[in-house]
Amino acid sequence: MKILKTPLDPEKVKELRVNEPFKVTGRIFTARDAAHEKLLGMAEEGREPPFDPSLYPCFHCGPVMKEANSGWEVVSAGPTTSIRMEIFEPDFMEEFGTKIFIGKGGMGEKTSTALEKHGGVYAQFTGGAGSLMAGSVEEVIDVYFLEELGVPEAVWLLEVVEFGPLLVTMDSTGKSIHRDISEEVDLNLARELETL
Amino acid sequence: MNPDELAQDLVEPIKKAVTTLPGPTLSALQKAKKREGKAASVQFDAMLESVEIGERDGVPICQDTGTPTFYVKVGADYPGINELDSVKLGLKKAVQRATKEVPIRPNTVHPFSGKNPGDNTGKSIPWINWSLVEGVDLELTYLPKGGGSTNMSQLTMMTPGRGIKGVKEIVLKRVASMEGKPCPPTILGVGIGGSASISMELAKESLLRPVGKRHEESRVAELEEELKERANNLGVGPMGVGGETTVLDVKIEYDYRHPASFPVGITPQCWANRRVSLKLTPSGEVREVGE
Repeated sequence: MKILKTPLDPEKVKELRVNEPFKVTGRIFTARDAAHEKLLGMAEEGREPPFDPSLYPCFHCGPVMKEANSGWEVVSAGPTTSIRMEIFEPDFMEEFGTKIFIGKGGMGEKTSTALEKHGGVYAQFTGGAGSLMAGSVEEVIDVYFLEELGVPEAVWLLEVVEFGPLLVTMDSTGKSIHRDISEEVDLNLARELETL
Repeated sequence: MNPDELAQDLVEPIKKAVTTLPGPTLSALQKAKKREGKAASVQFDAMLESVEIGERDGVPICQDTGTPTFYVKVGADYPGINELDSVKLGLKKAVQRATKEVPIRPNTVHPFSGKNPGDNTGKSIPWINWSLVEGVDLELTYLPKGGGSTNMSQLTMMTPGRGIKGVKEIVLKRVASMEGKPCPPTILGVGIGGSASISMELAKESLLRPVGKRHEESRVAELEEELKERANNLGVGPMGVGGETTVLDVKIEYDYRHPASFPVGITPQCWANRRVSLKLTPSGEVREVGE
């Protein structure tokens, strides 16, 4: 299975195609609704983000964390439903140059168009597989906005080794298996309804 | 009944609920995997591996352990029936302790201020569904149902003239429109009849029945089986990547409806179908009830 290393090489991201599985080694950052709003809000006020979001994949995730003497540990960290971030990602890509978004459930046409424009991909990690993801985390590098947003909504910068399998479901050519499957499901639905 | 003792007795079972899957759900996942092609079986592999790690390391399989909810069935002859306030307090303390000790993610947020108290409680949370049944025991189930699947719930006040065929249409259309969002393969809870709120409660309660176990009335059981087969013909597949398995099961509960109303409540449960059931006996013993 292909392993992508961070900082990401934009050319390698651009080459990823739908249905291709891969893993990530290096750094990723988590961001859910509140974190997207926070980072975009900062940009609007002309303030720099506390890390460079163009270098690492953005993981739609609100983890379970544990604070031990040695620092923070990830307990369980599966993906959250990505479609909630549909209202943010085109601006997020425009503003920060983030190239890979990882989540579950797929995203819509606005994100698909933006991925095509910026040479990015959306990849799906199996929903619910939080303990599996946690096992790939080597180190919690940093956390941002913890006080303000709380544990699940804060931005966690994580060092991971072979995080995955991730499945490319939307690529930089504008293809989306969510769109394809949705069309197929509609046809199947029509057939089932006819035979009721 | 000492609330602190009850809380003490419940921390381990809550941990078990979030770190393991009931046997029937696990075997349904294993069986489903065998039917699938590449993209779908990769999803099943990740699910099964996550279950293994959860049990081995004692960590939540999924980070989303839902809004803490209990179902409590109080036997009419349960000796502690006059101390249900203590049971209520014990459940709250159990959730607070489990949040810290397992740990589980603090999921309760004030809808106005956005504040998270950090201990999985709030106003009436943990939510407790009380019911009175025959018997001498108190039975309780903890159901950590995640937000992603709950977000796909739907209430339809159907035109009564559409009948059971209308119910089938509503259910299948919903399964198709949810796509991968509720973390399929799901267990689909369907509540038919009652009122608006009753149908939604029935839908959720139906999920307490183990995967593979059919409704005791044959016509309901047949409808469950038909909808399961048809839902799986839709091709949504595990996590919406396409495939043969969109639902692991369909569960239906019903009650009598108003002549002018035909409520159909739907709530899907994600594949991580976690729960634990316990029995508190008259002698004060706490026993786990397996599926």
